[in-house]
Amino acid sequence: MTINRLKGGLVDHGAPLNFTFDGKTYQGLAGDTLASALLANGRRLMGRSFKYHRPRGVMTAGSEEPNALVELREGGRQEPNTRATTVELFDGLTANSQNRIGSLERDLMGVNDLFANFLSAGFYYKTFMWPRAFWEKIYEPIIRNAAGLGSVSFEDDPDLYDKGFLHCDLLVIGAGPAGLAAALTAGRAGARVILAEEDFLLGGRLLAETSGLEDQSGLGWVTQAQAELSAMDNVRIMPRTTVAGAYDHGIYGAVERVSDHLAVPEAGKPRQCFWRIYSKRALVCAGALERPIAFENNDRPGVMLAGATRAYANRWAVTPAQSVVVFANSDDGHKTAADLMAKGIEVPAIVDIRADAPALPGTEVLAGAQIIDTKGRLGVTSVTVRLANGQTRSIACGAVANSGGWNPNLGLTCHQRGRPTWNDHIHAFVPGADLPVGQLVAGAAAGQFSTHAALTTGAEQAVAALADLGITASVGDLPKAEDAPRAMTPFWHVKGAKRAWVDFQNDVTVKDVKLSHQEGFRAVEHLKRYTTLGMATDQGKTSNVTGLAVMAELTGKSIPETGTTIYRPPYVPVAMGTLAGRSVGKEFHPTRLTPSHKWAEEQGAVFVEVGNWLRAQWFPKAGETTWRDSVDREVTATRQSVGVCDVTTLGKIDVQGPDAAEFLNKLYINGFAKLAVGKVRYGVMLREDGIAYDDGTAARLAEDHFVVTTTTANAVLVYRNMEFARQCLFPGLDVQIISTTEAWAQYAVAGPNSRKLLQKIVDPEFDISNEAFPFMGCREITVCGGLRARLFRISFSGELAYEIAVPTRYGDALIRRLMAEGEEFNVTPYGTEALGVMRIEKGHAVGNELNGTTTAANLGMARMVSKKKDCIGNTLSERDGLNREGDYRLVGLKPKEAQKMIPAGAHMMSQTGSVDAASDQGYVTSACYSPSLESYIALGFLKDGANRMGETLRMVNPLEGTELLAEVVSAHFVDPEGGRLRD
Amino acid sequence: MTDLKPITALNGDSAAVDTIATLTIRENPDLALASVAARHGAGDTVAARLKDALSLSLLAPAHWAAAGDYAAIWLGPDQWMVNAEYGTHALLASDLKAIVGDAGSVTEQTDGWCCFDVEGEQLVAAFERLCALDFAQMQPGQANRTTIHHLGCLVVRTDAGASVFGPRSSARSLHHALIEAAYSVA
Amino acid sequence: MLINHPILGPRDAAEFTYLGDAALIDRPNWQADDAAEAFHDYLYLRDNPAGLHRELWFHEQGDRSWLVVTRNTLTHEITSVELARDVALARGRGKE
Repeated sequence: MTINRLKGGLVDHGAPLNFTFDGKTYQGLAGDTLASALLANGRRLMGRSFKYHRPRGVMTAGSEEPNALVELREGGRQEPNTRATTVELFDGLTANSQNRIGSLERDLMGVNDLFANFLSAGFYYKTFMWPRAFWEKIYEPIIRNAAGLGSVSFEDDPDLYDKGFLHCDLLVIGAGPAGLAAALTAGRAGARVILAEEDFLLGGRLLAETSGLEDQSGLGWVTQAQAELSAMDNVRIMPRTTVAGAYDHGIYGAVERVSDHLAVPEAGKPRQCFWRIYSKRALVCAGALERPIAFENNDRPGVMLAGATRAYANRWAVTPAQSVVVFANSDDGHKTAADLMAKGIEVPAIVDIRADAPALPGTEVLAGAQIIDTKGRLGVTSVTVRLANGQTRSIACGAVANSGGWNPNLGLTCHQRGRPTWNDHIHAFVPGADLPVGQLVAGAAAGQFSTHAALTTGAEQAVAALADLGITASVGDLPKAEDAPRAMTPFWHVKGAKRAWVDFQNDVTVKDVKLSHQEGFRAVEHLKRYTTLGMATDQGKTSNVTGLAVMAELTGKSIPETGTTIYRPPYVPVAMGTLAGRSVGKEFHPTRLTPSHKWAEEQGAVFVEVGNWLRAQWFPKAGETTWRDSVDREVTATRQSVGVCDVTTLGKIDVQGPDAAEFLNKLYINGFAKLAVGKVRYGVMLREDGIAYDDGTAARLAEDHFVVTTTTANAVLVYRNMEFARQCLFPGLDVQIISTTEAWAQYAVAGPNSRKLLQKIVDPEFDISNEAFPFMGCREITVCGGLRARLFRISFSGELAYEIAVPTRYGDALIRRLMAEGEEFNVTPYGTEALGVMRIEKGHAVGNELNGTTTAANLGMARMVSKKKDCIGNTLSERDGLNREGDYRLVGLKPKEAQKMIPAGAHMMSQTGSVDAASDQGYVTSACYSPSLESYIALGFLKDGANRMGETLRMVNPLEGTELLAEVVSAHFVDPEGGRLRD
Repeated sequence: MTDLKPITALNGDSAAVDTIATLTIRENPDLALASVAARHGAGDTVAARLKDALSLSLLAPAHWAAAGDYAAIWLGPDQWMVNAEYGTHALLASDLKAIVGDAGSVTEQTDGWCCFDVEGEQLVAAFERLCALDFAQMQPGQANRTTIHHLGCLVVRTDAGASVFGPRSSARSLHHALIEAAYSVA
Repeated sequence: MLINHPILGPRDAAEFTYLGDAALIDRPNWQADDAAEAFHDYLYLRDNPAGLHRELWFHEQGDRSWLVVTRNTLTHEITSVELARDVALARGRGKE
């Protein structure tokens, strides 16, 4: 069946592999790519084009492939838009063609091609302009359905993706002759070298050519070089690794296809790994990409790049057809013809645009001729040639090897906005002077096209790169290699052609470029956007220069004057999963567990994510049908007897040093210098603009030692700001800080029986009676027989309450002990919901109130602000704009009908009058059902709120069209005098 | 002695040990930790007092040293993390404070961190997948703070391999990252 | 990007958080007659140079040093990295 398989090559003829394409089973060989295996089986047709759904076959033999895109694998592993040229064949591989309706051979969307005249460049811009209402609902779905590439399965990808970090002196990108010579040179000098090669074999074009080296075979030298490099500990060879981006300061991004050549990755192994490579120097040896000549119907399956045809024959031992016409503008095409004929392929003619084209034995060279058309429905069957004398001739063939010259592979050299320069000798862009810092270029990527030049520049550039680093290296023995001049006659497209493809993947023809010119889109970036030239997944690797050349001809400018578009990473498409690495699903971010987590899980707690923390939200009990049942019970039990809540998540920062108190004075609006040892004080922190951003407590454990708490959400920010104050603003203050959030398991024990419960676990030598340990006291104690602990008499709930902290490893045991000892008091664990209800009942502000717009005065804390000292935010908090008469004040709100919920976010309006922004009196920040008051309640900011107690206002929710009446009350719904706290 | 029973950072009764091919990842729950920060101008005094009392050296940035029961890891300018076995040094912080006195600020850090000791042939390969440090070039005696799976961690190169200190509340996530890396390079 | 930490050598920028203009070190005197105006300028008025920019970075996932990084905003070239504390002391900051 493998009708187009030749002898030899770097495939294992004794190792057949079965694979399936579009449901049909084929056989390939180990060493094949999907593209070479399909060609071996006589399959030229591999896909449909993007816009016109034209039949398409493979064009290249590398990652620059525009046509042969397939859906690889099935189910969750299905990968759309995979280039068949880079897919390493494995046994059982399954691939399907894409972007078709019906079979690939009879794609119903092929009808688009008949309407090509209407679908030319700018079609969408012109056609789908109006009516505007149709943009999203009608046009977009139609366009997305019709024009597209592969599809996704919508199943979860079962595979793993890794990320990693590598360091080296010299990163060599590409392992062709230049890269191998560079790696050998640097490796021998003892430098840390990474040699990254996109292909699964090292060697680059040496594997594709018969004429590279003169005194030994290319493969022989590659094998020898690889063996030497493999033996060096300082060299890391990375095959199947595409360096996709050049970033700042010598950092490169590379995708290693760890398991893509396997049906399923080994257990635990990633499919791909995204490497961040920190290089001191990088040497781009990425070779060159061949460019096609544009001619009429040059996109039929079988029309391929000549260098690729040669590579398929030499390396993969396949040919697209038994009869191949070569179309050329240089001797490079003749090389293809010679290699094909040596493999027994018929080359009926070389159509060479040069009038003085040399002869080649075994075939007819049609000097001064051009291909002006091709025929064949699903693959080329003949070409029409216009001879030098003007006559036309039809030549039967199964493939065309199209050779328009080579472009240095510039991508990585331009990722830092580098601009390439035009080289008149090779008629191509070469890397300019503005390479990324630390980057050098060698070989064909630098426009050095002969094998000899590749080897020598590779070695020389490695020596130069290492010299920068103070490493002495020298160019060693290199194999003798061909050094033929690469004279060529630039030739971009056959004149008079109408549908001559430039960008195959985005279906851009010479005619489209002309239209772009005609309509005034002549600058390269305009040309790109108007025609979409170079905007497909191949980023125009085979098309950009040709497109520019056509535009240059039209404008009468030179190609370098026309310029190039900007190159951006990634060089090849990179899967999102690869970029995500392991950070997917529940490992998307790290999870922080509280010390009581294990116990809470056993209790059947419902958890809520608070930042990275998982906190118990409530603890359902049997018979409770809604969350409210649980929360109401938890609140009531706490207020009636005692409840316990894990508050470990609050940030804790240890502040020590002789100037610790002075330091806190700088951070809080209120003063801490006079706080007695053994006492806790509540404090509010401002941003420098005078807006309150965090609150918490500071406990003074010694003259020179405080423990500061922050809100859970701001723990990291407060610490950062404290370090800023310490290092940048007040470096003269002798103060040391460190986070201790995780070191202590901290529980709030709240309710009238909280002291009684704690007295059962606090060691008897510590007196925690009200007299000995009053409200806002703090003390280092021991519990449960000598375990060191800290006790704070602070309250968020408004009840008699404490927070007790023990080393985190004992947090699990302590909660169990508290529950056991508290049984006689019906001790009740409560979660964040009950915590929230109780703080609203007590009128304590949290993030809802410290919302980035509120001042201390808005919060009703104006009197806390010390005017005798400086603190961050102090000066600007006194701005007129933040201190207007009648500003917002925090108030409580009670609905007239107790069982009607005040929605958080509702706006307050007068009882009469219109509902609009001008009439807005304030807004609701927090709301809940209060089991203590048996009513819904809320907190909010009301203009001049302090003077409006007892007023009735409308709580309006215009989004849902609802409103209700509520009375303005004190924010302290429960125990406003604070008697319970002090009992 | 308290009768409360401690649990490990992975919420276990005993330390978790995982062996994946040649790599062993061992939770180390038996660590007492305390940070020591020198007060202004007192760096030499703190160093001298610890040297006299414990023979412990406070080394230069990105290094650590052990002496007897103790080890000190550089954390930041004028700041070190001292560790010792928890079983015998549960009161490490107050012991250290007694030694450094007013020259330094000492903060209890036990249980602020979890610790995993990683050993085995594929150590370097595993750390290449975990953090941006040039781990291959790190020698025993070096220590660096960096990010592993978004977590601020301390990577300490030891003779046997490496110890990773991470935030205790995220022990499970860190452990998961270590295990996954080990499988990846197994 | 890499930031060449004055103590620790080159470290990935991902370990740092960015604050902004290093002029934030020069916090005005709260007791000056023009304090309100000075704080306004300090907080809200920034140069936005196309070229060298001195800016504050915090080594949050490292040694917790604040750094003053001089970076060319056009090229990302970093020409100097200093400990912000040293810069602050040199600019006369102390306990106020």
